[in-house]
Amino acid sequence: MIPQSAIRNLKPEIDNIEAIEVPLLVEAVYRRWGYDFRDYAPASLKRRIRRAVASEELPSVSALQERVLRDEACLQRFLDQVTVSVTSMFRDPGFYRVFRQLAVPLLKKRRSLRIWHAGCAGGEEVYSMAILLHEEGLLDRARFYATDLNPAALDAAREGIYPLETMKEYTVNYQATAGKGAFSEYYQAGHGHVVMRADLSKNIVWAQHNLVTDASFNEFHLILCRNVMIYFNASLQERVHRLLYDSLAKDGLLVLGRQESLQLTPHESCYQALDSRERIYQRIG
Amino acid sequence: MTPHLVVIGASLGGLEALRVLFRELPSDFPAAIVIVQHRAMEESGELAMLLGEAGSLSVGFPLDKERILAGHVYIAPPNYHLLVEEDHFAFSLDAQENHARPSIDVLFESVADACGPSVTGIVLTGTGQDGARGLATIHRRGGLALVQSPREARAPQMPLAALEAVPDARQLTLEEIGQWLFQLRIAESFECGLRNADCGSF
Ligand SMILES: C[S@@+](CC[C@H](N)C(=O)[O-])C[C@H]1O[C@@H](n2cnc3c(N)ncnc32)[C@H](O)[C@@H]1O
Repeated sequence: MIPQSAIRNLKPEIDNIEAIEVPLLVEAVYRRWGYDFRDYAPASLKRRIRRAVASEELPSVSALQERVLRDEACLQRFLDQVTVSVTSMFRDPGFYRVFRQLAVPLLKKRRSLRIWHAGCAGGEEVYSMAILLHEEGLLDRARFYATDLNPAALDAAREGIYPLETMKEYTVNYQATAGKGAFSEYYQAGHGHVVMRADLSKNIVWAQHNLVTDASFNEFHLILCRNVMIYFNASLQERVHRLLYDSLAKDGLLVLGRQESLQLTPHESCYQALDSRERIYQRIG
Repeated sequence: MTPHLVVIGASLGGLEALRVLFRELPSDFPAAIVIVQHRAMEESGELAMLLGEAGSLSVGFPLDKERILAGHVYIAPPNYHLLVEEDHFAFSLDAQENHARPSIDVLFESVADACGPSVTGIVLTGTGQDGARGLATIHRRGGLALVQSPREARAPQMPLAALEAVPDARQLTLEEIGQWLFQLRIAESFECGLRNADCGSF
């Protein structure tokens, strides 16, 4: 039997080895496939890489590196593990409520609206915004560009099919946003799933876009980038903030996630807070 | 420099326990305190308020990449995992762990990684076993492991699980944990202070 103390001495070894392996894996993925996770926030990235190793039933991060270099199907599984597409409809209802009050009057002044959902995951956030704009009479003049790094998430978003059991939570969320109708008007229920109403998505373009490596591609009146930059380290956040800024019209709106704030970025002075609690900012400079 | 970190995990009964713990903390507390309290959906706001009333420390939810400062109490906001990297906070929306988000293990393991020995991990009352694995990691990396005495805890499962994972952890009542925290102020250097005091066995 191995004495307890020997095991304890071994474990820090493994921690140290992983600290070497993780950057190597990330570098390998970048060089082989062009997906750049090198400037992701390290603590949660490491957890997700460990999960990928476990779900591939491999003994080490190095073994995952070997497989992902050679096997494209493994890359897609890796992307699913490493990008986090947890999302929901009307997440943070308070945001949508305040958005109705403060942002909608500004948007109503424009004849056409270009909206970018950067990091749209499975599309829930985009359908939520489409429903809100429909209720405010703005859907017809809006054009949505919904982008994500993960092609599998985009495929799901395009279909607009969601598990029936999530609707209960989303209905509660919707009601808390001061919704003007009944949430059930916006989807058709099938066996165990729902399909979002087709007219909601007629103005949505779904496309792959990597905030790390791709450039600005249009000028927008509203950009939502919620809960995406939390996965980036501070210097990558700075670069992506530059990209978002460059993609915003002069008094366009930027929306961040609940724990994100412009306060801690060098772009703070380019915006004024429309509602700092709900992270709605307007470009001023 | 990152201050010494005190990380606390609690679940059922945690609000009450934290109140007891924080009553005595001085405003010039030399460490930073980070709390994960389960099912804090409604409670976490309440928690911040209570603690704000109770002590003279500054209490609140941290923001992404916010720098960790001594004398501050940080509470994990609902629905995100809270992690520590180098000298700042990070968040993730990864799946629940131990049926929880925020999860105590996620915080504790990141803190053990980032800060090694200059950490005190504390597991308080609660159901389930979140925190046990994280406390073991903190201990393994040279940090200090404290567990609320299961006899005193309103829900003993979490302390029991933590003690099983870290048999060397110190079992203390809330009052004793409060005293440990208080010592941080007296000890000129926390590490020497505590280590000389009476954790020879660590
Ligand atoms: C947690 S989800 C956020 C979804 C939604 N915005 C929300 O707040 O509910 C994060 C999304 O960001 C995407 N993502 C991560 N890195 C990205 C990158 N470099 N470029 C574009 N999207 C990225 C992930 O694929 C994932 O779908």
